[in-house]
Amino acid sequence: MAKSLRQPEGPGVLIRIDSVTKRYPDGTVAVDRLSLEIPDRSITVLVGPSGCGKTTTLRMINRMVDPSEGTILLDGEDIQRQPVTTLRRSMGYVIQNAGLFQHRTIVDNIATVPRMLGWGKQKARARAAELMERVGLDAALAKRYPYQLSGGQQQRVGVARALAADPPVLLMDEPFSAVDPVVRKGLQDELLRIQDELGKTIIFVTHDIDEAIKLGTMVAVMRTGGHLAQYAPPAELLSSPADAFVEDFLGGDRGIRRLSFFPSARLELTSDPVIPLDATAEQIAAPDAPYLLVTDPNGRPLGWSEPRDLVAGDIRPERLLSYGRPFVPGTDSLRAALDCAVLSPAGWAVAVDTGGRVTGVVSQQTIGEAIRSAHAAGRDDEKVAG
Amino acid sequence: MSDYLHDFFDMPSDLQHSWIGLVGLHLREALLPVVAGLLLALPIAQLCVRFRWLYPPVLGITTVLYAVPSLAFFVVLINYTGQTELTVMIPLAVYSLVVLVPAIVDGVRSVPPETLSAATAMGFGPVRRYFQVQLPIAVPAIIAGLRVATVSSISLVSVGMLIGNQGALGNLLHDAQIYNRPELTWNSVITTALLAILVDALLVLVRVLLTPWMPSGTAGRKQAPALKDAAR
Repeated sequence: MAKSLRQPEGPGVLIRIDSVTKRYPDGTVAVDRLSLEIPDRSITVLVGPSGCGKTTTLRMINRMVDPSEGTILLDGEDIQRQPVTTLRRSMGYVIQNAGLFQHRTIVDNIATVPRMLGWGKQKARARAAELMERVGLDAALAKRYPYQLSGGQQQRVGVARALAADPPVLLMDEPFSAVDPVVRKGLQDELLRIQDELGKTIIFVTHDIDEAIKLGTMVAVMRTGGHLAQYAPPAELLSSPADAFVEDFLGGDRGIRRLSFFPSARLELTSDPVIPLDATAEQIAAPDAPYLLVTDPNGRPLGWSEPRDLVAGDIRPERLLSYGRPFVPGTDSLRAALDCAVLSPAGWAVAVDTGGRVTGVVSQQTIGEAIRSAHAAGRDDEKVAG
Repeated sequence: MSDYLHDFFDMPSDLQHSWIGLVGLHLREALLPVVAGLLLALPIAQLCVRFRWLYPPVLGITTVLYAVPSLAFFVVLINYTGQTELTVMIPLAVYSLVVLVPAIVDGVRSVPPETLSAATAMGFGPVRRYFQVQLPIAVPAIIAGLRVATVSSISLVSVGMLIGNQGALGNLLHDAQIYNRPELTWNSVITTALLAILVDALLVLVRVLLTPWMPSGTAGRKQAPALKDAAR
């Protein structure tokens, strides 16, 4: 998913953290002179090892923790200047394990903040029903209690509850850490989809750098002691980590992972080595390629084969070689394309449309060239930006 | 047989009550102290939750009070409240605290921290949070405590017979002796036990009605800690 293509709409800074320090009475410094400009209508991720002050920072934004020094501005205004409950009701909050009210039904959980804001019961419930649909929850769950839902469903309720009063800001504290990887991926994709629709200013805390890179428009890497190590878009983080700590925290495969930010749309595809299941001897002989991709009558890929192993009129799908996992140009990134090429014994990646029909194939070599030119363009961009 | 039944329910005139009247009196003397104990325990428990250091001394004091024999209480109280129901009910209310305070403290503390964080982050003030989140979630533990307190209160009322026949069904024990009517002893014991079982069942029903949000299988497990603490 080439998510770097999403642009935050409009400029403007909604939240500004200005040299904020949090020192506890025992002398521990949780956050140390942190300054961050959090762009509006985008996802800003605070990431770092435990004890780096990321959650403390998040909790200072809705005043669950008060800073010892420094100020936090929301749309230019100091957050200390409005009543704390008013401030909190204008910010959605999602936490690990969802923190649902176990004694209230799903619909009443979601309607909590609207009810506090004085909405009528009917209006609040209608709004809750609308949000259940938006976060992908079956309307039949409305009257259930939290214990009757799976962890993933509870977390969706948590997101719906946070969105209920349509707050401009959403604070998310490791919301997806406690669910299994498959469910987590689903929730992440859902969050990106919802964000595309709603354009909230989201501050997202996680210890998972992959999650940070997947979700963040901007990523703030923090290190133990509450220091900001680097604040950059994820692609820049991967290409030029500020120091050894950030590099180490990013882990291996930086180069490969960075490919997620390059679109595959401009790859030059060829359909020469693509033949149908009922190909004639001429069709098999014609392409000048070491491997041929056979497709079924609907145009979906079946597998690769060397031309000499193919007999016209008697191509057996079960004897073909695996084509790996095809990529969708325009949706998937260069990383997916390269992955597909590496997985296929032919060394070619299969491109399909959203219906799964083959639109062409592309060689490792072509992908390699695309990567080189993307890197070159990236360097130019950095020069311009710098 | 019918003669025996007649004797069984024939209350000596010195009690000035029919059998039903004694049952009503017994329930009043047993339940009012528990209600009073609950009203007293709620704020005490909230203070213990709010100020953690307060909990051990409070627990110590309630335990010591529980250890004071009711007779000793009566001797002291009789100077102030005389030979009245109140003299019976005050010690019972005090005794109920030893069960109710820990039950409520445990119940309120059993609210998951993330639920509290979520409530605070959504803009619940402390009072709203207490009444709309902490207290409702503590209901199973509170009712578990109430069950123990009520049953013990029902059995303890009988002691009131020692101070001028204020023991309701307990008075039957005394009369059984002086009138040599053993069936009255049976009446007292059986009726008291039935009352305890009945009231306990009612409390279970109340719990079920108040907490449709509880997974049915875990009802017993959730109450276990409160009971254990009460016994401590």
